[in-house]
Amino acid sequence: MNAGIPLYYFLVLAALMFFTGIYGFLTRRNLITILMSVELILNSVNINMLAFNRYLYPHKLEGFFFSLFIIAVAAAEAAVAIAIIINIYRRFTTINVEDVNEMKY
Amino acid sequence: MTLNQLMFVLFGLMITVFGILTVTSRRILRAAVYLLFVLVSTAGLYFMLNYQFLAAVQLTLYAGGIVVLIIFSILLTSHINQKFEPVGLKKSIFSALAAVAGAIVTIVTILDFQFSATTEAAREIDMRVIGLSLLSTERDGYVLPFEVISILLIAAMIAAIVVAKKGGPKKTISDN
Repeated sequence: MNAGIPLYYFLVLAALMFFTGIYGFLTRRNLITILMSVELILNSVNINMLAFNRYLYPHKLEGFFFSLFIIAVAAAEAAVAIAIIINIYRRFTTINVEDVNEMKY
Repeated sequence: MTLNQLMFVLFGLMITVFGILTVTSRRILRAAVYLLFVLVSTAGLYFMLNYQFLAAVQLTLYAGGIVVLIIFSILLTSHINQKFEPVGLKKSIFSALAAVAGAIVTIVTILDFQFSATTEAAREIDMRVIGLSLLSTERDGYVLPFEVISILLIAAMIAAIVVAKKGGPKKTISDN
């Protein structure tokens, strides 16, 4: 399935996706959109792991299982983050990061 | 251009374009739908790399689970037609500068590096191999991370319930 596609293509695509996520993480104000940027970053890392596993070490399983565990951790992280976001909304009626500064100083 | 390359270009374009739309769209619900497209294209890339099981996991867990969770929380916390105010010019310029500079450094480093592939025979990862490896303590066994992740998942589940539980005004001791 991956004949004729060099490893570099996957790595460059993952790098672009990673830095798109970084841009969103820096510019967004809403907590949910920040969470979406983090999901982008995690996904780009998964692409990297799987491409390395398929191209460089096709006789091993490390990359595959790393991605599997990263997906599980991402799911747990999203669940907890959304619980926290809903709790913040209930307390402050906003999820804008600039208005949630009760614990500052 | 072969069919493989055509599919890769298609998925790559979808990931890049919808990824940028995800982080720049001013309507939050649209951003979530663009994120869904990105995740589905990523599953397509996994299919291209011949990891069918992981592509299925990606589709069910990310596209089916996390995006639905995100959309639910969007509907709970913001108005559907609400538009964000545009990002400040200075902030967006500096963030874009940081992202582009990082991307250039990374891509130049990647293209400069000589990867050396092994000559060993490829090993197909089918369901049987996955199941045996997850519960094996031998070489290529992953029973310890499997157990740790199960504890992490139940901790996250309990934490999510406790944090999001409806908390009324706190009762003082003198109430009883």
